[in-house]
Amino acid sequence: MTQQPTSDTATEQTVETVFRLESPRIIAAVTRTVRDIGIAEELAQDALVAALEQWPRDGVPDNPGAWLMATAKHRAIDLIRRRETYARKLAEIGRTLETTAPPVEPSAPDDIDDDLLRLVFTACHPVLSAEARIALTLRLLGGLTTPEIARAFLVPEATIAQRIVRAKRTLATKNVAFEVPYGPQREARLGSVLEVIYLIFNEGYAATAGDDWLRPALCEDALRLARVLSGLMPKEPEVHALTALLELQASRSAARTGPSGEPVLLKDQNRSRWNRMLIARGFTALARAEAAGATTTTSGPGPYALQATIAACHAHAHSYDATDWPRIAALYTALAARSPSPVVELNRAVAVSMSDGPAPALRIIDALATEPSLRDYHLLPSVRADLLQRLGRTKEARTEFLRAAELTQNERERHLLRMRAKECAP
Amino acid sequence: MPRYLSLVQIDEATVPAEGPSPELMQRMGELIEEITKAGVMLDTAGLTPTAQGTRVHWQDGNISVTDGPFTESKEVVGGYAIMQCKDKAEALEWTKRFLKVHEEHWTVTCEVREIAEG
Repeated sequence: MTQQPTSDTATEQTVETVFRLESPRIIAAVTRTVRDIGIAEELAQDALVAALEQWPRDGVPDNPGAWLMATAKHRAIDLIRRRETYARKLAEIGRTLETTAPPVEPSAPDDIDDDLLRLVFTACHPVLSAEARIALTLRLLGGLTTPEIARAFLVPEATIAQRIVRAKRTLATKNVAFEVPYGPQREARLGSVLEVIYLIFNEGYAATAGDDWLRPALCEDALRLARVLSGLMPKEPEVHALTALLELQASRSAARTGPSGEPVLLKDQNRSRWNRMLIARGFTALARAEAAGATTTTSGPGPYALQATIAACHAHAHSYDATDWPRIAALYTALAARSPSPVVELNRAVAVSMSDGPAPALRIIDALATEPSLRDYHLLPSVRADLLQRLGRTKEARTEFLRAAELTQNERERHLLRMRAKECAP
Repeated sequence: MPRYLSLVQIDEATVPAEGPSPELMQRMGELIEEITKAGVMLDTAGLTPTAQGTRVHWQDGNISVTDGPFTESKEVVGGYAIMQCKDKAEALEWTKRFLKVHEEHWTVTCEVREIAEG
């Protein structure tokens, strides 16, 4: 019993949609057979081509995902059987090859989850650069096309295409095992996965609505990846914590831009525009992180848990002034102890300015003045300008606002900073 | 990535007296887990029958209250799902899969609507 296609275009649309939904799982399952992500991706594409040929003719199968999976697996087995040269090559690089092809059976959900998790860890392997990990993850797990990734990251398509090709080659030549790491390696490897998702989210978060919509959409791609990972690794507190952090950050997205697309800072945001459902999901994910952490970690909350707790403090507050700033300052102090970074110090300064006033905050900021990694970071002069303004040192504040305006990459933000500089006009 | 509300509308006359079969509930549970694990399902729930529901109506400046069941409506909302998808085609694909877990004696319509943002 199959659905009669209404038209060829409708069927093609179905094929493409189903393929996009299923391709991470198909690539993951096929990689387990052929042990090469690049080849697995080609075989998945072959299944897509087969569907585009057959479904318009025979109708869409009842279980289209299973059809694609079975087709790709059959092709994988055919390939292994037929291509002896391939088998020799595999043998040369020291991998064992099953001489008898495994029967194609419907995979148990657990198997599919294991395969997907292997794919996640392989795509985010530290042998690859952060850029390569991001591109590969978005392509294999996020379901983005190469042109979409290129547009989202504002680089030429050829750059991304090459990055992905090279990443696959590196994984093959370095003989990266298709596995989920256990033991002492596990934490570092998981850190690499979480970092990839976090970087993807931040890339989208830094782009405001004025940019190409594909850039802000990266936030949702990252959020989806985090949600998927939470389902695959339910015992890992930091995975739930990252999901919580991203849910809570995303809950504010509608309030982050004004009517003409200008950025609206946290303290000026209309909190009724925060998405309550995402906030509730963030709280739930944070509770899961805490529950998982209580049973697994002895070292206290991890960096993502601390950041998610800070985001939760903001979400709980009905106004900027009503925020529990002393608690946020303490959380940033804990975060600085766990994973110190100039950006954490900068945020700590903002929290301190709210809980203890601008003077102690300015001391933290001024200690960052010579920090090379913040030299071109517009938020440093921007925050410093704000503190100077609050201290009544308007002349210095004006200079700092203008410096921040020079440094920002975002047109709308530049405008906002120049407006602030005007307020400080002598 | 837009969010979609799927309003699951059922013909209450086609619902078995003893409610959904255990097999249906199991299939549906597995599918909902799959949609959740795909990072797509944000929230979903079924509703109690309209016999326990009430309609509060505003017309000509007056409130009127009607208790269920609402026999004059062929199909009534029996549940909902909120999904975050790349596009409508993806939301419709999951919706078709949701409908297919029902036995043939069910009559169900899912009205898929994009949630307005901003």
